Amino acid sequence: MTVVAKTRNPLLGYAALFIAIGLLPVLGVYPIFVMKVLCYALFACAFNLLIGFTGLLSFGHAAFLGTAAYCAGHALKVWGLPAPLGLLVGTFAAAGVGLLFGLLAIKRTGIYFSMITLALSQMLYFFFLQAPFTGGEDGLQSVPRGTFFGLDLASDITLFYVVLGIFIAAFWLIYRTVHSPFGQVLTSIRENEPRAISLGYDTDRFKLLAFVLSAGLAGLAGATKTLVLGFATLTDAVWTTSGLVILMTLVGGMGTLVGPMVGALVIISLENKIGDLGKALADMTGIDWFNGLGESVSLVTGLIFIVCVLAFRRGLVGEALALWGRFRAKA
Amino acid sequence: MTDFFGIPLPALLGQLLLGLVNGSFYAMLSLGLAVIFGMLNIINFAHGALYMMGAFLAWMGLEYLGISYWWMLLLAPLAVGVLGILIERLLLQWLYKLDHIYGLLLTLGITLVIEGVFRSFYGVSGQQYTVPDALQGATDLGFMVLPNYRAWVVVASITVCLGVWALIEKTSLGATLRAGTENPKLVQAFGINVPRMITLTYAGGVALAAFAGVLAAPILQVSALMGSNLIIVVFAVVVIGGMGSILGSILTGLGLGLIEGLTKVFYPEASSTVVFVVMAIVLLVRPAGLFGKEK
Repeated sequence: MTVVAKTRNPLLGYAALFIAIGLLPVLGVYPIFVMKVLCYALFACAFNLLIGFTGLLSFGHAAFLGTAAYCAGHALKVWGLPAPLGLLVGTFAAAGVGLLFGLLAIKRTGIYFSMITLALSQMLYFFFLQAPFTGGEDGLQSVPRGTFFGLDLASDITLFYVVLGIFIAAFWLIYRTVHSPFGQVLTSIRENEPRAISLGYDTDRFKLLAFVLSAGLAGLAGATKTLVLGFATLTDAVWTTSGLVILMTLVGGMGTLVGPMVGALVIISLENKIGDLGKALADMTGIDWFNGLGESVSLVTGLIFIVCVLAFRRGLVGEALALWGRFRAKA
Repeated sequence: MTDFFGIPLPALLGQLLLGLVNGSFYAMLSLGLAVIFGMLNIINFAHGALYMMGAFLAWMGLEYLGISYWWMLLLAPLAVGVLGILIERLLLQWLYKLDHIYGLLLTLGITLVIEGVFRSFYGVSGQQYTVPDALQGATDLGFMVLPNYRAWVVVASITVCLGVWALIEKTSLGATLRAGTENPKLVQAFGINVPRMITLTYAGGVALAAFAGVLAAPILQVSALMGSNLIIVVFAVVVIGGMGSILGSILTGLGLGLIEGLTKVFYPEASSTVVFVVMAIVLLVRPAGLFGKEK
């Protein structure tokens, strides 16, 4: 699946990519927007560790994003912890929830696995809806940013480089995981689980570990998002967010390392711009209905889902890699 | 007045009846999911959206065209069934050779589109649908007051569920269907048009969801999001029951509705999560589900 050109060191490409992202605020791009995209990109990369490299479709990843968002928010706001500890609290809370969910979900395979993760995350959603510390429908508001090892995070630019650093560290962890012997076993589970079992691997343990790792990284994304935006709401934990991260990964390319990042950028930009797009369409065609397009984002995301599943299963990066491969074969 | 663990008996029975009503919806939807999964190997996420469509069509029929509840009880499932044929022919049929997850993702996309369309026209607030005249009021049974419409919902759903069970288990059409689930290639070799059977199975399954939607319209608020919340509970019901047995699906649906009703009486805070807790326990004790076959 991952057709990375072996001749050159792919790490150089990633380094160039991250330097380019690091230059964005200097070039005048709104740093909060880039940070939001980075958080969702990390969320999607964490999700992709399961679907792309282990072959497990989790339909409950919003639970980990939401858990970490609330726990980090609580730690930062109520306990007054500094930012690094707040992020850790969120990450470990999500990993803990991931362990519980994982223990239950890996008892079944295939489509049941997806249904179980969806049901469990919905259970947690109802818990968050009723629990006193989440603020119910209002959510947890005005979470302070605090300091990061002495750095004052009140400045957007400082926070931006901290978030980029967190993202690079997490991405490096995912890169190492995928290319480690552990990652190879995960891939073998994706390709042929009975075969992996017959080779003597305790696949349940590998799946559980991958699940917890993915949940923890999704939690890191959720905790970082709370730090950036200053609030945690039920939107983080609702099932449509689980659908959104699936869509990001699908659009970008499942099983590619960069795909989920591209997918997150595409989907977040679309969410931001769709109201304007609707207004432009309404002006152009004179059909008043398009003005409401911003209110019904789900209509557009649904259409993208349908198109991607039917015609475009490799995603943007997957298709690009396939094209590149064909081009090289000809040359 | 008789008390039952400190709860007045009529209140308890009232909640149990409400649980049974919800259980009927679970039963009808999980039944449809199981039949569709058997033939198409697809978990139809759009089931909830099509249930919502059934309820909305009933409401729209009365609001815009003055079509009565009883006609819509027939027309809405037919309309949704036709939509089901279109969905299967245009979209789903390309996925049968792929991994199961693509079926789930495609039907998720269909769900988002259908919900988005209804949201763009009606928002998320609920529409009221009045109970039809013939079923208004309540009957005093002595030990409890039975609202006529709720009783009708339970009777109608159980009748339809048992009808579907009889159709699948007791008729030659059902035998063909079951054979098609087991071994489609062999059934095709006997000269039966399997692709058409698959299309009609999907249409029938979603028509059942729309029927449940029409039944639900006078009880619940008719809103664009009524389906997706339900479908997730139904997924848990399917995990608990396993998709192997028709009667199992019906019993699991009704039973979980009752458990939910009881929870509303004794510990209301947990009523929205109890089905998921039951699912977790069943997964620990009997991972294949109550009526599922161990691999």
